[in-house]
Amino acid sequence: MAETLDPNVADDAPLTTSKRTDAALDAATATLIDKPDQGNADTLIGRSVTINKPRAELYAYWRDFTNLATFMENVEQVEILDADRSRWVVKAPGDTTVEWVAQITEAREGETIAWTSVEGADVPNSGRIDFRDATGGRGTVVTATILYDPPAGIIGKVVAKLFQREPAIQARRDLRRFKQLMETGEIATGARNRRLLEEGKN
Amino acid sequence: MRALAWHGKHDVRVDTVDDPEILNPRDAIIKITSTAICGSDLHLYDGYIPTMQAGDILGHEFMGEVVETGPKSTLKKGQRVVVPFTISCGSCFHCGKHQYSACENSLPADNQDIAQTGYGQPMAGLFGYSHMTGGYSGGQAEYVRVPFSDAGPIVIPDGVEDEKVLFLSDILPTGWMAAENAQIEPGDTVAVWGCGPVGLFAVQSAFLMGAERVIAIDHFPRRLELAKRFGAETINFEESATYEALMEMTGGIGPDAVIDSVGLEAHGLFADNVIDQIKVSTFLGTDRIHAIRQAIIACRKGGRVSMPAVYGGFVDKFPLGAFMQKGLTLKTGQTHVQHYMPALLNAIMEGKIDTTFLISHTLPLEQAPEGYRMFHDNQNEVTKVVLKPEWQQAAE
Repeated sequence: MAETLDPNVADDAPLTTSKRTDAALDAATATLIDKPDQGNADTLIGRSVTINKPRAELYAYWRDFTNLATFMENVEQVEILDADRSRWVVKAPGDTTVEWVAQITEAREGETIAWTSVEGADVPNSGRIDFRDATGGRGTVVTATILYDPPAGIIGKVVAKLFQREPAIQARRDLRRFKQLMETGEIATGARNRRLLEEGKN
Repeated sequence: MRALAWHGKHDVRVDTVDDPEILNPRDAIIKITSTAICGSDLHLYDGYIPTMQAGDILGHEFMGEVVETGPKSTLKKGQRVVVPFTISCGSCFHCGKHQYSACENSLPADNQDIAQTGYGQPMAGLFGYSHMTGGYSGGQAEYVRVPFSDAGPIVIPDGVEDEKVLFLSDILPTGWMAAENAQIEPGDTVAVWGCGPVGLFAVQSAFLMGAERVIAIDHFPRRLELAKRFGAETINFEESATYEALMEMTGGIGPDAVIDSVGLEAHGLFADNVIDQIKVSTFLGTDRIHAIRQAIIACRKGGRVSMPAVYGGFVDKFPLGAFMQKGLTLKTGQTHVQHYMPALLNAIMEGKIDTTFLISHTLPLEQAPEGYRMFHDNQNEVTKVVLKPEWQQAAE
């Protein structure tokens, strides 16, 4: 993960934590992540979570993209088009949705799933999910690295909703829900009953 | 159902609200038989804890009867259980290490941002204690939804009355862990600031762990009298100068271990405390910490500081120099309730620990607001208020 081609970005910290965002973006697109063909994807975020389960189990769950809407709050549906392509439908304000088709660019069993959106995406994006063994027998570190083009106007508002206040916060929340589901078999809620749960009262 | 809801500072009411339901496979619904008002509920009552919302149901000390179970619950309908105030999944790394209050999975993901930002990592969810701890409805109600019911609640044998075991939910394990964190050695003198329920249980626990002397510090005569009943010597800080008294009572050494069971609403007209009150009321600092300052100054060189008291935010004038120079050790944290429950239940069954002395008032749930007012206004007489829903009153 800590590939640092730029000699000026020479420590071992992940590129997504760099204070020099331009250099980190260049290094990331050179080594780590494909840039979507469309738009100008220049916003790089990354989040990791440690999950007390083996890599193979976590990878298998994630690789079936139809599972993702279970813990990704704003993902309404992921439709499998063929072995490498899937259509993503994501909630947007005013009961609308945004869509894109994602093409898998790399899939290594138990290790990595990488994708990029194809031409025509409402929000051009690419990313990778890496699964690696945690130290000390603590299970698996799952790292999501996402590159996207934050659009202006109406779509910009959609993205603000998609990623909430800060883009990485939504990624962190989704990864935490994934962890809860994998470790405990359920997603925690503070709601007292179904009505409050559906109203989003936590 | 009827439930005690928070509506604002010094405004709690018994409202009629929707019943809880099973939402997740490991949930259970508990019909409350007894629930108590905790000293830390007064922090909510006094408006010190952020992220409260009008209508939030309070209460994190409760027990009752299992009336409904999710498909993955291991509880059986009809069982009597005491429920830990810390909600813990039992499956994560921290639960595996018995650090239950650091559970990684019980705080809903959308409620984690404040702790993530303020504390660096989120902690476990808690019942009835604001939205930054999960927004879980508490047990000062007729029914409560209990998540991870296979990992938390402890089953109580038939025939053991509620009053003997209710405090397994929080304050007994908290007092016990406070004494454990003081790493007591035989022959030690232990000083305990605050003779509320946690302090009083810490006094009992410290003796059981081999302390030779326990010195209890408070300003409520009734509470000091209870401490004395368990063998503690006492200092009333309104009558005597605490630091000087402790130094004289320990022959100039200072206590080997000190326990702060007062926390963020320390009382007393000490100069630093008055300044803290001004700062708190002007939002310059969130916590009033007179007790912990004094405990650090009094503690003997190389001694241990245990801090079960609840703190939430930032403080200044923390005596870091004294702490470093004297080589003290500080142990603290929200209680890992599940870790302590089985052994403490045994200790209760064997008659080694008594908790019933603490209960000064038992009220119907309907009178819970009066219970809060009494507990808040008269901490000398009111040491513990237990609330009973209507069916329980009828049964007794």
